[in-house]
Amino acid sequence: MCAIAGFFGEGLSPREANGLLKSMADTLAHRGPDAEGLFTGKGVGLAHRRLAIVGLSDGLQPMQSADGDLCLSYNGEIFNHLELRADLESRGHRFRTGSDTEVILHLYDEMGPDCVEMLNGDFAFALWDRRLRRLMLARDRMGVRPLYHTRHEGRFYFASEVKGLLEIQGIEAKLDPIALDQIFTFWAPLAPRTAFEGIKELPPAHIMLVEEGRVEVRPYWRLEFGLDAHTAPNGEDTEEIRALLSDATRIRLRADVEVGAYLSGGLDSALITTLATPLAPAGLRSFGIGFDEEEYDETPFQSIMASRLGIRHEHLVCGQDEIASAFADTIYHTEQPVLRTAPAPLHLLSRFARGKGIKAVLSGEGADEIFAGYDIFREARIRRFCARQPASRLRPHLFRRIYPYLTTLQKQTPDYLGAFFGVGADNPEDPLFSHRPRMRATTGAKLFFGEALRERLKGYDAADEMASLLPPEFTRWHPLEQAQYLETRFLLPGYILSCQGDRVAMAHSIETRYPFLDHRLVEAAARLRPETKLRGLREKHVLREAARDLLPHEIANRSKQPYRAPESVVFSGEAGAHLRTLLSERSIGESGLFNPRATAKLLEKGQRSPLAGFRDNAAFVGILSTEIWHRHFTHKTMPTAAPLAV
Amino acid sequence: MSSSTKAEIRVFIIENFLFGDETQAPGDEVSLIENDIVDSTGILELVAYLEEHFGIAIADPEIVPENFDNIARLAAFTDGKLRHGLAAKAS
Repeated sequence: MCAIAGFFGEGLSPREANGLLKSMADTLAHRGPDAEGLFTGKGVGLAHRRLAIVGLSDGLQPMQSADGDLCLSYNGEIFNHLELRADLESRGHRFRTGSDTEVILHLYDEMGPDCVEMLNGDFAFALWDRRLRRLMLARDRMGVRPLYHTRHEGRFYFASEVKGLLEIQGIEAKLDPIALDQIFTFWAPLAPRTAFEGIKELPPAHIMLVEEGRVEVRPYWRLEFGLDAHTAPNGEDTEEIRALLSDATRIRLRADVEVGAYLSGGLDSALITTLATPLAPAGLRSFGIGFDEEEYDETPFQSIMASRLGIRHEHLVCGQDEIASAFADTIYHTEQPVLRTAPAPLHLLSRFARGKGIKAVLSGEGADEIFAGYDIFREARIRRFCARQPASRLRPHLFRRIYPYLTTLQKQTPDYLGAFFGVGADNPEDPLFSHRPRMRATTGAKLFFGEALRERLKGYDAADEMASLLPPEFTRWHPLEQAQYLETRFLLPGYILSCQGDRVAMAHSIETRYPFLDHRLVEAAARLRPETKLRGLREKHVLREAARDLLPHEIANRSKQPYRAPESVVFSGEAGAHLRTLLSERSIGESGLFNPRATAKLLEKGQRSPLAGFRDNAAFVGILSTEIWHRHFTHKTMPTAAPLAV
Repeated sequence: MSSSTKAEIRVFIIENFLFGDETQAPGDEVSLIENDIVDSTGILELVAYLEEHFGIAIADPEIVPENFDNIARLAAFTDGKLRHGLAAKAS
């Protein structure tokens, strides 16, 4: 795990090139504190910061091929590198190192850009081909590792994080209003758009070929449903899923350093930890988050699992002040505004694990997308059920069942439950049907957009843009598959794997590994019958069946408890005082993004009593994080994070 | 229906749910839910406001769109409660 950066294009002197590459890489040092390296050639430069996990002594980068024709700067892990190496060796390739980096060089030498199809891993890389004078960028299928690019003064630049690109003289951070609108609709910008105007991300599962005067961006993999669907006899699904998950976990334990595990207390991480424990002969260590507030805290379930497995588990209790204190630094790393505080405790957790000497962790993330675990899938099913009999007063009661942790929802009458979730019920063919209530709740926060922002966004509809990005076959998929696609393609890489994943983990040099996002498992899950995943209102049915004899009853049958953290209330104490000043009428007025008077009233409302509603909390956190973003990147007046001393 | 009840409820809605943005103020008959002005928590905030501000008691079965969906219905419901309360006191 590492950081990469570089450029392609003439015009920089060797001294300028080296100086720029070094400053781009240095600003990403938190991703790779163990080593650094630069490569420059005619009109090209690659930089690398290394977090050494595989091939500790001989994996230095940028790495050149033996003949010097190829040069690679690579971030991530190729989990099947041993198998690929054996294949390549059997075809006559000779290796100089034990690293997975060299495997990519040999594969490319043999296959060209199509080599990415052979890789099972989480990666983002830049490969310079001197023979063709071509730079190739590539990113893993699910979007675990980030990669950004831009053009400036005729040159092409790339970096693992946007802050690397902001080191280029003449590039100034500017908030993209459409990205902000998308974040205030879906929680994330729609790739390739980023929060920074003029800076794009390479979308997941894409490669980019950059030559003089020519750029090609194309996907090499797609998430597809219903391919040979729905044919497996009873029982076989469970066996296949278990076998694939076991293997995905096994190869993700490959490392020359200790690999730990994040253990949340839910089904997914419990299952991964269970599968990993016997494969870690030196003993697996696990880490979890605890909260002072009982409604968010899952540490009792973490303890049940740790004790059952006999592993050493440590949890970090995140109080409100700790979350508030970490929030500004968290936004420096997410590089985009967020509508929830949830990334901050994960930021603290990665610091905690790193402080315990851990460099890589397994995570259960991804299971809810591929096996339909999220509430939104059940909610959509109930909404369709209600829409068939709109006059029914009984059917809306089901909404209570899927949100036992939302106290205000529990108090609603059936009429209101039906009204809240009834949005879009008259149009079940709408491709975004499943996500309409969430979008409606989130977009309410746009009420706080200032005049100028509203003017810029006049006529723009983020939902229309998302709908325009759907593949033609989308309409043929089952409604559950459609909902899964929306979650997996957009929210997963745009928010979950970035703001709650790579960015907050790498802030403290922690590599996260996701067995559920092994593409073999993703593809197998996409082929499953919808009712195998969501049976009635039982989410992740097939996974529960696969885990039946592996997990204690209270974990295996636990209904989905989404990871949540206390929201705006965390900023009400002493630790949040300096952040609250960012929401003052004067401060908001100076930034010019939000309505100063409305924001001041929101702040006052929160001071009278803690904000309870989703919209108010999303607005509070969204405005605050946008203001922090603004100061970090355009004013550069917020303190930036220092790498953790370990 | 008392115009002052309606006006007071309107002020509360503008201040509490629209944060002072009068340009978004709904008409009397405009649905508060369908126009994303109140969410599930907002309904309970409305209940608390009506109880505390007008001194009425609201039972769970009364929290339905027929009484709460727009400003006109909220005012009519509140006035009805107030009249009923006065009548009860007078008797």
